Amino acid sequence: MTNNSTTDQSSLPLGEMSEGQRGNLHNYILGIADNSLILGQRLGELCGHGPSLETDIAGTNISLDLFGQVRSYFQYAAQVSGDDTVTEDTLAFMRIEREYKNVLLVEQPNTDFGYTIVRQFLFDAYHLLFLRELEKSTDETLSAIAKKSIKEVSYHWRFSSDWIRRLGDGTSESHERVQEAVTDLWMYTDELFHQTEADQAMIAEGIGVDTSKLKDIYYKMISDVLEEATLEIPVGKYFHKGGKQGIHSEHMGYILSDMQYMQRTFPNMEW
Amino acid sequence: MSEKEVKNLEEIFEARIARDEKIEPKDWMPEKYRKTHIRQISQHAHSEIVGMLPEGNWISRAPSLRRKVALLAKVQDEAGHGLYLYSACETLGISRNELYEQLHSGKAKYSSIFNYPTVTWADMGAIGWLVDGAAIINQVPLCSTSYGPYARAMVRVCKEESFHQRQGFEIMLKLANGTPEQKEMAQDALNRWWWPSLMMLGPTDAESVHTEQSMKWKLKRKTNDELRQQFIDQTVPQADLLGLTIPDPDLKWNEETGHYDFGNINWDEFWQVVKGHGPCNKERMNARVGAWKRGAWVRDAAMAYAEKKEARKKVSKAS
Amino acid sequence: MSDKKNWPLWEIFVRSKNGLEHRHFGSLHASDAEMALENARDVYTRRSEGVSIWVVESSHITASNPEHNGELFEPAADKVYRHPTFYDLPDEVKHM
Repeated sequence: MTNNSTTDQSSLPLGEMSEGQRGNLHNYILGIADNSLILGQRLGELCGHGPSLETDIAGTNISLDLFGQVRSYFQYAAQVSGDDTVTEDTLAFMRIEREYKNVLLVEQPNTDFGYTIVRQFLFDAYHLLFLRELEKSTDETLSAIAKKSIKEVSYHWRFSSDWIRRLGDGTSESHERVQEAVTDLWMYTDELFHQTEADQAMIAEGIGVDTSKLKDIYYKMISDVLEEATLEIPVGKYFHKGGKQGIHSEHMGYILSDMQYMQRTFPNMEW
Repeated sequence: MSEKEVKNLEEIFEARIARDEKIEPKDWMPEKYRKTHIRQISQHAHSEIVGMLPEGNWISRAPSLRRKVALLAKVQDEAGHGLYLYSACETLGISRNELYEQLHSGKAKYSSIFNYPTVTWADMGAIGWLVDGAAIINQVPLCSTSYGPYARAMVRVCKEESFHQRQGFEIMLKLANGTPEQKEMAQDALNRWWWPSLMMLGPTDAESVHTEQSMKWKLKRKTNDELRQQFIDQTVPQADLLGLTIPDPDLKWNEETGHYDFGNINWDEFWQVVKGHGPCNKERMNARVGAWKRGAWVRDAAMAYAEKKEARKKVSKAS
Repeated sequence: MSDKKNWPLWEIFVRSKNGLEHRHFGSLHASDAEMALENARDVYTRRSEGVSIWVVESSHITASNPEHNGELFEPAADKVYRHPTFYDLPDEVKHM
């Protein structure tokens, strides 16, 4: 938010925002939260199935951190919506697929531990850079959530990059497997920096993060670790995006039918 | 050592336990004590990690974010408890890998209740309320068992588990006070989990082979039948509070004994499940063996990396 | 797997807050010291139990043999003059 003239001011109180501003803010929050929601869900699927008890417990910790963040964001988004019927749970469970704004990267399946770690690694680097900027947001709530989350995500990054080194520079089998995961998931990295309309509006207001400024340092961060891990940095020029606009991969429908099962089967009940 | 010397040591050993002294890993202990402890502690550890599976089945479908994080944290705790218990077992001179092999080959047992399927969300409530309730009754006395590492692990387990049963009861309470559909779901879960929970406290005293020795070593403080009665006595009023009916027509308060009388337990079903023919024995074992096999390359990679790093350190020191 | 080495066992010591000593919390498996630290953080401090962690590979610990407890520890038992209660002082002497 260095380029913004409103840097030193707090953003408008909710009551003074126009419909459009509120809508943009609402969508902006969902865009951040949905990444944590879907990645947390993916990690939750693995609870009890990890390569060792210790690693299992570590993965669940990351999932719990992410869901904790999701709840803070959604509770704030519910407030921003100005609609009493909107809650953290309606936001998590009652939207249709096209309304979820997470990037394609986080919905990719738990193919094996290599894919799980690479997905985490590619997201953590972005997540950390993003939160460090979001902490400077003129929106006090977002700034506070970011401040708390940075500590969690710093650990996620430490955990995933350590594992990248172990798998990359481990055995020939692990090297091959993790290289394949890096090569496969690479095409989802560019979308992290893609900006939607809500993003741009929020950047202009000093609330949102100008992710285009994070791109170089992101690729430097992950390339350094990959190099240390004796892995090749993919040269692929073809990238996929769409998640932020709600155009997801085919995996997404299954994630949602699983996640939303109770809410859809038994509407309007409390649990 | 002569037979007489061993006998002498055994007497000293039993006297120490009778005085409430703790036995620590490097202390001399009768071979039978070691073996019995490996068997019981590892069974306990296996139960924790197999027990992650039926509840893990609902993590992705938990009906609210609040329920989801609570369930995740609970299942994660079970992994932690398995870990503490495996560690306690390892002090007896057996590795976690060997213990896994015993589990995976079917040689080792785990609590048979985890071989029942979790078919509705209410099962998360019933498991927390009934299964954890029965487990706590079993576990609290173990905090003062004679083997130090086991006792210490149990102190930690019991401390952490205190939220598990409350979590389950809260789920039941919400359902019991919810819509008719929800209440029916809760009743159905109680119907399915009640009898297996009673069985979980072990065969009747007449059929229990290890009771006497285990009592001496403080691996057990009460008999299975006493524990079962205690569980029933404390659970019936809770079911009343929920407005749910325990599926036992013979259940009634006995003024004379000051306990509830209850109906016959279907022990044939119990032994069938113990012998590997429960509804989910196969699935549970496949899940455990599968995770272990799929993780092999990961564990090997970490070890290979550690060795390389160590070697590099040596080279850089030498130069 | 059987032909490969397994993750060794580590002993975990946690300081629950500054001012207190590190205390033995339990053990776990890890391939190296860094992983042992991370695993210890994830396994043993989930409920804010600690502010500092030590990890030691279990095989590096040398323990006394309980069979030698007689010669190691019993000789200290009758050296009561090391304890303040050994010395008789009149009640009027305060703060000593």
